[in-house]
Amino acid sequence: MTAPVPTRSRSARGLLVAGVLLAFVLAGFVSGYASSEPDGLEKVAGDQGFLTSADEHAFGDLFLADYAVRGIDDPRLAGGLAGVIGVALVLVVGTLLFWGVARLGRRRPASRV
Amino acid sequence: MHIPDGFIDAPTSVAFGVVAAAGIGYCLRRGSAELDDRAAPLAGLTAAFVFAAQMLNFPVAAGTSGHLLGGVLAAVLVGPWIGATCLAVVLLLQGLFFADGGITALGLNVTNMSLLGALGGYLIFRVVLRLLPQRRTSVPVAAAVAAGLSVPIAAAGFVLQFAIGGTVEDLSLRAVLAAMVGVHVLIGLGEATITFLTVGLVLRSRPDLVHGARGLLRRESARSAPAPVVPAVPAARP
Repeated sequence: MTAPVPTRSRSARGLLVAGVLLAFVLAGFVSGYASSEPDGLEKVAGDQGFLTSADEHAFGDLFLADYAVRGIDDPRLAGGLAGVIGVALVLVVGTLLFWGVARLGRRRPASRV
Repeated sequence: MHIPDGFIDAPTSVAFGVVAAAGIGYCLRRGSAELDDRAAPLAGLTAAFVFAAQMLNFPVAAGTSGHLLGGVLAAVLVGPWIGATCLAVVLLLQGLFFADGGITALGLNVTNMSLLGALGGYLIFRVVLRLLPQRRTSVPVAAAVAAGLSVPIAAAGFVLQFAIGGTVEDLSLRAVLAAMVGVHVLIGLGEATITFLTVGLVLRSRPDLVHGARGLLRRESARSAPAPVVPAVPAARP
């Protein structure tokens, strides 16, 4: 099969930079204006009477728990900072994981299912 | 949609943990064949974008909010196998660091939002895309339809898990199902809108990077010109 080479040769840098910036703005700033009402599952659990069966989260005391950095009083700042840290964390962990997976895929090209 | 610890009993949580691990293992196997060094940062960005969008709860009904799940969005952008893995990465980090979704419930959440939401949603996307005119503009429409349906499907996944291993008994499963599907149909409208806009935006600027549009691009370029260059790419650049 002849792959459409010209469509694959362009760098994705522009899209990457724009996307990363947008993710940081959404998590760091726009998130401060998000609704704080219970989400669909939490609401249904409350209405139907099984919300109290939820346990405390095992890591509920960690410094990013509930999307708020511990020790910062201003909720918008605490939430925005947690969002920025989260985006960076997911970006790094995700990219490293997928890089590793890409390496593995190259090492055994015969195993294409 | 993130299930906390305690809603579902331990045996059921473990069983779905096995389902989730097997599912993501399979996704990694299939995904590794189509990933290259250039695609890895794009996949990482997709996961980060889904994480950011999941922080943006929008109001849906009186006293209720919802947020993007992002399964179909990720699957259409980077393909179903990598897309489902993106969701699993987000869910894992949310559970570990943000107390969002229980640790014992990780397998339940991955099953609902990654396997059902991303993989199941992508299947719907392919079916809808086949029914629409074979044009590039059909891609965001099919993505929106699939995204909208993926949310109540993921919610139904929770109800199944609740029916098998819910820790509170004597509840009407029919009422739980009706309530879960009802509210998540509304959240699905938001999911469809955000997915439509995001896929449309990426498609306009870099159609070559949208996994779900690949077949269409090849067909369009073959039809319009002998050169394999996609016609709309230079035009879309400002």
